[in-house]
Amino acid sequence: MPFAVAVERVEKRFGSLLALAGVSLQISEGEFFGLLGPNGAGKTTLISCLAGLSRPSAGKLVVMGYDVVSNYRAARRLLGVVPQELVFDPFFTVRETLRIQSGYFGIRHNEDWIDEILANLDLTGKADTNMRRLSGGMKRRVLVAQALVHKPPVIVLDEPTAGVDVELRQGLWQFIRRLNRDGHTVILTTHYLEEAEALCGRIAMLKQGRVVALDTTSNLLARFAGHTLALRLAGSAKLPPELSARATQNEGMWTFRLGSLGEIEPLLAAMREAGCVIDDLRLTQADLEDVFLGVMQSSDYRKETVP
Amino acid sequence: MISGFRTLLYKEVLRFWKVNFQTIAAPVLTAVLYLMIFSHVLEAQLQVHGIAYTSFLIPGLVMMSALQNAFANSSSSLIQSKVTGSVIFVLLPPISYVEFFFAYVVAAVLRALMVALGVLLVTIWFAVPAMVAPQWILLFLVLGGGTMGALGMIAGIWADKFDQLAGFQNFLIMPLTMLSGVFYSLHSLPVFWQQVSRFNPVFYMIDGFRFGFFGVSDVPPENSLAVAGTSFLMVSAATLALLRSGYKLRS
Ligand SMILES: Nc1ncnc2c1ncn2[C@@H]1O[C@H](COP(=O)(O)OP(=O)(O)OP(=O)(O)O)[C@@H](O)[C@H]1O
Ligand SMILES: [Mg+2]
Repeated sequence: MPFAVAVERVEKRFGSLLALAGVSLQISEGEFFGLLGPNGAGKTTLISCLAGLSRPSAGKLVVMGYDVVSNYRAARRLLGVVPQELVFDPFFTVRETLRIQSGYFGIRHNEDWIDEILANLDLTGKADTNMRRLSGGMKRRVLVAQALVHKPPVIVLDEPTAGVDVELRQGLWQFIRRLNRDGHTVILTTHYLEEAEALCGRIAMLKQGRVVALDTTSNLLARFAGHTLALRLAGSAKLPPELSARATQNEGMWTFRLGSLGEIEPLLAAMREAGCVIDDLRLTQADLEDVFLGVMQSSDYRKETVP
Repeated sequence: MISGFRTLLYKEVLRFWKVNFQTIAAPVLTAVLYLMIFSHVLEAQLQVHGIAYTSFLIPGLVMMSALQNAFANSSSSLIQSKVTGSVIFVLLPPISYVEFFFAYVVAAVLRALMVALGVLLVTIWFAVPAMVAPQWILLFLVLGGGTMGALGMIAGIWADKFDQLAGFQNFLIMPLTMLSGVFYSLHSLPVFWQQVSRFNPVFYMIDGFRFGFFGVSDVPPENSLAVAGTSFLMVSAATLALLRSGYKLRS
């Protein structure tokens, strides 16, 4: 099966700093892929290498079968990138910007598609406004529009929702999801983990230029965290030692990590036997944020789960 | 394939045309001020090559303005898009470095032509210069504008900040264009400065350009053409090598 994006042992050095320390990834056509990691992990650097804005110090990157260095024309035609930085050309209106961007990709009569993008990003009313007069969130949406003018099969979004209001965020995701359903591969970086959890089928986590986790979102959620049960005991009661050994305590709340919901019943039974009275109880499902924090704290996660 | 180049050229032309008050009208005004001042002071005292001073001055001013503006066009466009980050819009699409080069250089030449025409039209009011060989006029304008456009690309790529570009402009472009026989014939200079001027390629561009008007010049126009052509090829080769390497544009 052909990969939409293949990254092979890519390294990127900035002086003495190793921003990418041998990254390998394969993303299949049609995937909605999340690229997560703390500030400075190397997400943007990896995207820059993919887009040809930056040249890797070692390794290779391939978009839809085309090497991004030796076959850059084909590779760039198939790639649409929404950059992280809020940039714009102050000389032009929104429509001019999109027409010009279409022309760069060799597309001349693109009005229908431009109108459709504008409508989907709620920019129709601003089509003839100069870029300088747009709000920050509107400029961000124009960046998304610019990345889509040539209907690229692979769409890369580097924090596209930073500074975009809630309503439009929903609208933007609806549009991107539709493109994904139509067969476009989507690669997303974001610091809004609930967004990534809801959208991405598979996720790679980057830390200091290395992939420290790579799995489907559901596997990550299931394998790494499961559920947590937090409870507070009435009065000055103490947990029996065999239970407190399994829990962590924080300000009077005891927290148990559960592999499955079936563990709850014996746990409560053991407490009843020990005579503990429960004052407060909360059951929460671990979300991507727990997984993320867990992965970032223990970098040997990769060794356990990705053989 | 041609379309990436065409669009980039269109964008570069639109960029300066949208602010034509600054990019065309302003340099025309500057040239006219020079003409008014120098011709007022010197018209009565001077003739060069047997030509009235005001007439002699006009072609030089036209060419000087054209060259300075060709340089300004590509350099300011590049530094501006680098500083604002919008340069990525032209780095992401499948545009080759050769297309990139020609788009910026042709836009610079077009701006040079417009400024030249503007200065010429306004100065007709002061004196109507002859045009004995228009093909030389156009040829030198294109080669000179192209050389300066390419040099502007080098400066725009190299500079990280506006003041670095201003340094390039003030310490290289201004001396090269001002000390190039715009205001005088080479033969009126002391021998030492005549020798120095002969190392300035802009001198040949202006001398050859002026030949197209009066049919007289300090140096045979064929020699000037050789120097202008060589300058264009050398600066272009350097610019293309820089673009190919991705220097400062693709980290
Ligand atoms: N042009 C550059 N020159 C020098 N160092 C750089 C350059 N670009 C990035 N870096 C460094 O490379 C590392 C990775 O940066 P990168 O921008 O890829 O991080 P990121 O994962 O995108 O972070 P964020 O979430 O903040 O966007 C950082 O340490 C950064 O300082
Ligand atoms: Mg980033």
